[in-house]
Amino acid sequence: MSEIYNLTGRIHSIQSLAASDGPGVRFAVFLQGCPLRCGCCHNPDTWNPDGGKVISAGEIVEKATRYRTYFGSAGGVTVSGGEPLLQAEFVKTVFSLCKEQGINTCLDTSGCIWNEDVEKLLGVTDRVLLDVKYTDEEKYRKYVGCKMEKPLEFLRRLNEKRIPTTLRQVIIPSLNDDEENIRALKEIANSHPCVDKIELLPFRKMCQIKYDNLGMEFPFGNLPEPTPENLKRLESILAESV
Amino acid sequence: MENSYWNGFVGGAWQNEINVRDFIQANYKEYKGDASFLAKATPRTESLMKKVQALFALERQFGGVLDIDTATVSSLTSYSPGYIDKDNEIIFGMQTNRPLKRGVNPFGGMRMARQACEAYGYKLSSKVEEEFRFRTTHNDGVFRAYTDEMRMARKCHVITGLPDAYGRGRIIGDYRRVALYGVDRLIEEKKKDKAALASGAFNTAQIRLDEELFRQIAFLGYLKEMAAMYGFDISRPAKNAREAVQWTYFAYLGAIKEQNGAAMSLGRVSTFFDIYMERDIANGTLTEEGAQELMDDFVIKLRIARHLRTPEYNELFGGDPMWITEAVGGMGEDGRTLVTKGSFRVLNTLYTLGSSPEPNLTVLWSNALPEHFKKFCAKVSADTDSIQYENDDLMRPIYGDDYAIACCVSAMKVGKQMQFFGARCNLAKLLLIALNGGYDADSGVHIGPQMPVMDAEKLDFDAVMERYQIYVEWLSHLYVNTMNIIHYMHDKYAYEKIQMALHDTDVHRFMAFGVAGLSVVADSLSAIKYASVRPVKDASGFITDFVTTGDFPKFGNDDDRVDLIAKDMTHRVITELRKTPTYRDAEHTLSVLTITSNVMYGKNTGATPDGRKAAAPFAPGANPMHNREENGALASLNSVAKISYDDCRDGISNTFSITPEALGRTEGERIDNLVAILDGYFAKMAHHINVNVLNRETLMKAYENPEAYPNLTIRVSGYAVNFNKLSREQQREVISRTFHESV
Repeated sequence: MSEIYNLTGRIHSIQSLAASDGPGVRFAVFLQGCPLRCGCCHNPDTWNPDGGKVISAGEIVEKATRYRTYFGSAGGVTVSGGEPLLQAEFVKTVFSLCKEQGINTCLDTSGCIWNEDVEKLLGVTDRVLLDVKYTDEEKYRKYVGCKMEKPLEFLRRLNEKRIPTTLRQVIIPSLNDDEENIRALKEIANSHPCVDKIELLPFRKMCQIKYDNLGMEFPFGNLPEPTPENLKRLESILAESV
Repeated sequence: MENSYWNGFVGGAWQNEINVRDFIQANYKEYKGDASFLAKATPRTESLMKKVQALFALERQFGGVLDIDTATVSSLTSYSPGYIDKDNEIIFGMQTNRPLKRGVNPFGGMRMARQACEAYGYKLSSKVEEEFRFRTTHNDGVFRAYTDEMRMARKCHVITGLPDAYGRGRIIGDYRRVALYGVDRLIEEKKKDKAALASGAFNTAQIRLDEELFRQIAFLGYLKEMAAMYGFDISRPAKNAREAVQWTYFAYLGAIKEQNGAAMSLGRVSTFFDIYMERDIANGTLTEEGAQELMDDFVIKLRIARHLRTPEYNELFGGDPMWITEAVGGMGEDGRTLVTKGSFRVLNTLYTLGSSPEPNLTVLWSNALPEHFKKFCAKVSADTDSIQYENDDLMRPIYGDDYAIACCVSAMKVGKQMQFFGARCNLAKLLLIALNGGYDADSGVHIGPQMPVMDAEKLDFDAVMERYQIYVEWLSHLYVNTMNIIHYMHDKYAYEKIQMALHDTDVHRFMAFGVAGLSVVADSLSAIKYASVRPVKDASGFITDFVTTGDFPKFGNDDDRVDLIAKDMTHRVITELRKTPTYRDAEHTLSVLTITSNVMYGKNTGATPDGRKAAAPFAPGANPMHNREENGALASLNSVAKISYDDCRDGISNTFSITPEALGRTEGERIDNLVAILDGYFAKMAHHINVNVLNRETLMKAYENPEAYPNLTIRVSGYAVNFNKLSREQQREVISRTFHESV
């Protein structure tokens, strides 16, 4: 028990209130380290796998339990990143400890890694927020740095395991704010019954300052944010019955 | 006892004694449904409200005061009847003979009345000056008795905001009694109480009470006269909903004509009204639309209530507040909810009449409240930023289920308990005075125990705490004695006749002390303990600044190392206060509440070891200091929740600002999540929260372009204000507060 409790991982930060990362009121842990380099990333400070700070699984869960009165029936703990799958064993441990406490667990991931630890992690995951960045192989390679088949394979596994899944996509003008992309996204959702929700997240440029502080160029810094009207239009396409 | 006015009511103890709670319990109908039954504003209400909005605009153009009657001393019958639009009003009664015209009330203090008139270009009439020439006001009395040290403590702002120049307020008459019983019955009961005194020994306390009862009875008589001027006979009980609202309003109106107290709270009337409204609806004499109209008209009257204050007072408290606090909802001791359709109707006024700081709508939150009501409250909060929440599960075991809130956070049983209001002491300044061995570097005043300036390259936590304790003991003793003088004199020269007539004769008294700068002190002590703090001295050898190196835990991050320092401070202060006996054996209580005066407290306080610059604002109430929260909103709430209500029975105020995005993506999510946050916070035994759901950008736009946002209402600290009525400095402070944003 104490061994599990003392297992450490690298985190970027903790947010005691995350109301948009999974159902209900959630305690969110942002892990450090990501293998991807998405042009729209709003947390470039989480990329370096050797950065952040070291914390034990037990410490995280001890903190999370301080907020359980706020979780109600829907909320719980969300682990995001960075890419949590880089530290799958650690996240599995955090989630196992959460489950012991009766706390709902939610994993926010790009789905770009698959191994034994990841498989075990899914065994203690109540919901996955799967970030499908594009519906187009070429854009995946160009703007994410991974093959599109990886998240799709991940989604097939989620479907097999019947883990409730929310598909998420950051809407970036000129790259994926077209109707065709939304219909393709919807098609992916429809062919995987584990998906019960799709969320379109507007691309935001508030993170420019983070890139500036890191002395890095914001790859999509020259793209505009989507207009509320366009987002609404894309959402109405999602809402159309098949 | 039976009468036709009570037809259809379930009888009980309330018929044979003055017992409004018993009447409510026997007759109210719980409502667990949703808000869909609510009616919209009628054309009549809209047109009346339009007239009122025009008057508000005019009042703003006139610099905040529309008109003053400088020749008449405010009292129950001193003005002829006033109307907004007589033919279209449903509920009648005005403080003076015209809406928004202010009366003068010199009983608390002549200077305040005189200066307030002059500040707005008026002159107090020679008639009033002459009337009061040989008359002692509350203010005169207090200053006859104040010691040099008390004057000094006031002057250097270590104790400020004391109610020594105007009415003390914070007393809630049980205004419902007039509706349920009629004034004659109340007089009769008071006469019995007075007669019963004869059997006891006539000592000072007894003689004082005997005279007070005489004055209560006399003023109940004036209250009848006041109502008669408007054509109503309130000697008898109300016979329908319209009369119940009217009678209750007359009682409240009598109180605010007589007293210009700082906070003139209303109590807990909406469920009481609902009993009458449901009876009328059941017998076909009232519709839902009509019920909402009654509530709307009543609330319009509350929104135009005004007292004449000096501009300095308005600047301190952010506009023109009267803290007309109405407690809504809560649970009954028997497990039934006290939420009724009336609770919905009063909140609905924020839609029918638009958002507004007054009345100060305060939801008594319980985990067991009906889900639909919780969601409706959350929706109203997100839409209007006009309501606050207080923990019914925490207060009900102490005050029962018929308590209300005076001012912002002060709970008391309606008609059975009252308080002696006592502003607050400045804990941050006290720390600086202690470090300087009894010298206030901001005002250049020597005060308190005199000892050497703390001399150290690095301040030692234990040594500082030992020193601080000596000063906490000194100030607590001085504070209680000062309050005793104030309230002795207020009882003597400005006794609240109407409000106390609407209390039981045998009333329980609280003496409410307060602290300001709690998070500044907690962070400062944390810096001394966990980082390195080097005092910087001026040429005369007094500490005027600090160099703090290294990191230290900060209040607002759910970190026990500093949160428990804050908790311990309040415990120390109340423990010391309790050592000095109070006037009339009042029970000592403590609040952590600053309203908007946190700006002024900061202005008068030098640099502190937490890195706060000299004259920079404090955080309001029990809030963590601006933008020191690093772990998000819930961590901040958890820190405040650790302060014990047992130590702070007069309330612990927390003001919470969150952006809509941080609360959820859709309106539905935002409502559900706000409900979850309130449930979670109060399950931690936290006491109070003001909720603002808005963006900093909105406030910045309103700051730049006030005309475009005439009705922007925000919660500040225990109450709501119209953003445009804040001073520029207060507006900047509100904008600089922590907004919990999405990550």
